[in-house]
Amino acid sequence: MGTKDTIYEGLFNYGITRRDFMKFCTTMSATLALSSTSIPKIAEALQQKKKPYAVWLHFQECTGDTESLLRATKPSIAQIVLDIISLEYHETIMAGSGHSAEKALHDVVKNQKGKYFALVEGSIPTKDGGIYCVIAGKTAVEIAKEVCGNALVTINVGSCSCWGGIGSAKPNPTGATGTASVVPGIKYINLPGCPANAENITATIVHYLTFGTLPALDRYNRPLFAYGKRIHDNCERRPHFDAGQFVRKWGDEGHRLGWCLYEMGCKGPMAYQNCPTVKWNDGISYPIQSGHPCFACASNDSWDVFGPIYNRAPHVPGASYQATADKIGAAVVAGTAAAVATHAVIRTFLGYKQKERFSKEKNEADKMK
Amino acid sequence: MFDKGPYVWQPQKLDMFRKSRKAQDKRLYVWQLPVRLSHWLNILTITTLIITGYYISDPFMHAISEDQSIMAKMRFIHFVSAHILIASAILRIYWLFAGNKFARLKEFFPYTKEKRKEAIEFIKFYSFLKKEVHHPIGHNALAAISYSFTYFMIFLAILTGYALYSESHTGFFWYLAGGWVFGIISDGTIRLIHHSVMWVLTAFLIVHVYIVWLNDNIEGNGLISSIFTGYKIYHKD
Ligand code: HEM
Ligand code: HEM
Ligand code: SF4
Repeated sequence: MGTKDTIYEGLFNYGITRRDFMKFCTTMSATLALSSTSIPKIAEALQQKKKPYAVWLHFQECTGDTESLLRATKPSIAQIVLDIISLEYHETIMAGSGHSAEKALHDVVKNQKGKYFALVEGSIPTKDGGIYCVIAGKTAVEIAKEVCGNALVTINVGSCSCWGGIGSAKPNPTGATGTASVVPGIKYINLPGCPANAENITATIVHYLTFGTLPALDRYNRPLFAYGKRIHDNCERRPHFDAGQFVRKWGDEGHRLGWCLYEMGCKGPMAYQNCPTVKWNDGISYPIQSGHPCFACASNDSWDVFGPIYNRAPHVPGASYQATADKIGAAVVAGTAAAVATHAVIRTFLGYKQKERFSKEKNEADKMK
Repeated sequence: MFDKGPYVWQPQKLDMFRKSRKAQDKRLYVWQLPVRLSHWLNILTITTLIITGYYISDPFMHAISEDQSIMAKMRFIHFVSAHILIASAILRIYWLFAGNKFARLKEFFPYTKEKRKEAIEFIKFYSFLKKEVHHPIGHNALAAISYSFTYFMIFLAILTGYALYSESHTGFFWYLAGGWVFGIISDGTIRLIHHSVMWVLTAFLIVHVYIVWLNDNIEGNGLISSIFTGYKIYHKD
């Protein structure tokens, strides 16, 4: 790849026009929630900067993030994200294989020490010496330590590399976790999601190239521009939520009319991401728009504590899969009511002290003349 | 006429007799106004919060037309009740320090040796192992334990409630009121706690009202009316 080119020249070689380029800069500025005055800044940075080196690591994952990146219908985002960086190593799309692929990775780590982006997809198994994910004779833990430890910044693409994702759901047989806990102390940013949104990946890199810093982060190291707002507050079905119009069965009238998916288990009220505004696949749609409830894929323990995907009633940790908080709660209340009723019956048989007092009073009253 | 024969019901006479006895009963002022006020606010708000909260979690009523805004109203009522509950809690906390002996903080931690014995006595009494039990003037030790537990549950509801509230009401004030909780536990856990407290408080409500009614019946101590008037009745015997 023409790594010596500037980003702009690289794009130009792929047949992207200046008009497309400016459109891209505008989209990035919008995604990053920057004012329009930053568009020329982004354009300038991308025209002058050399392509940064980047490697993309795959660990325990489904390649969904790569798919999400490559599946864009228009070439713009997918092509651009692959073209604004000089991607030296990416198992799914690289031409080289075997030793030559490994060499490419090692060259970047050695020659560009502290200057390259490490994009990581997939969780890292830590149990049993990390043997559940081994590439070229090295465990994922070792690779992450070497590659992420020497990177300028690690970009965790998708929930798995952020905190383990679905691989870390109970009972977490491989001890899966994210890069930050395997390689402590690295500079990193989390772009969780299942998969992560290509637009947010690109915008994060563009932000870094333009301003030389990571965007503002939240408490989970997620960029605020992408994860600062709640889905529920930007959802186009929200008026139906407030009205009390809910889908109750797949394909019922409400579902066809686009009512709120809350009762179908929507986790939009606890999920933070820009899906409703940026959407997916070049702005075509996103889960809720297409009639499926959100399951909070970008939250760090959505699999274990956010409850079943198609049910709102939360799970109780330690209880069996079917035992939701509501079932347990209803059982506790019913049990209490039954116990109280039984108590009342027994008490009535045994009689009350007041009744005794009352009959004593009657006796005494009888004696009075 | 009264000498022989079966018992003849004479309400006037009995009434006279009881009045004379009543004069010997002691009426003690136990629950001061702030305690009663706070208790009634709690009943009103918590009952409302349980009903509206359950609706929020499982919208059992469905709107027939677009303009009904059932969920919006339920949430509005939930939040207004929540703010009133806070007012009641503040009042009660103040009275933990300013109130009479029966309202103070110490009353809710009955961990002295006698108090522990008293609690066991009451457990025996409620499980029919003992026929009689001596009722102290304020809360008995067992009741006190159940109330500190309940207050803790209400505290959890408020803490997690205001955390959830800060999701839709951003800003520094709401961050202080509850948003910071997200730094410690995740959204799913906060909702699980908030939701479970509803069930715990519902169970408490059943037991509590039953026990209060039971004691009123057994003792004739006017316990139910005491929470209106503040006075409990202590019989001579
Ligand atoms: C959700 C509803 C309720 C809650 C959370 C609740 C809670 C409490 C608490 C915390 C106390 C201790 C008072 C204090 O010193 O601060 C208390 C006492 C009391 N409550 Fe309730 N209560 C509820 C409903 C009721 C109802 C419906 C009644 C009447 C039928 C009632 C009657 C009483 C009485 C008589 C006492 C004094 C008990 C004693 O002498 O130990 N409560 N309640
Ligand atoms: C005894 C007190 C309370 C009870 C029993 C109660 C009950 C509930 C329940 C069952 C839910 C549904 C939770 C779910 O499944 O997602 C809920 C939601 C909520 N409650 Fe409470 N609650 C109480 C007090 C409070 C307080 C003090 C606040 C403070 C503002 C509060 C604010 C909220 C909020 C913000 C929600 C979420 C509403 C939404 O998602 O639209 N609650 N409550
Ligand atoms: S569909 Fe989900 S995110 Fe949208 S309003 Fe309903 S609950 Fe909220």
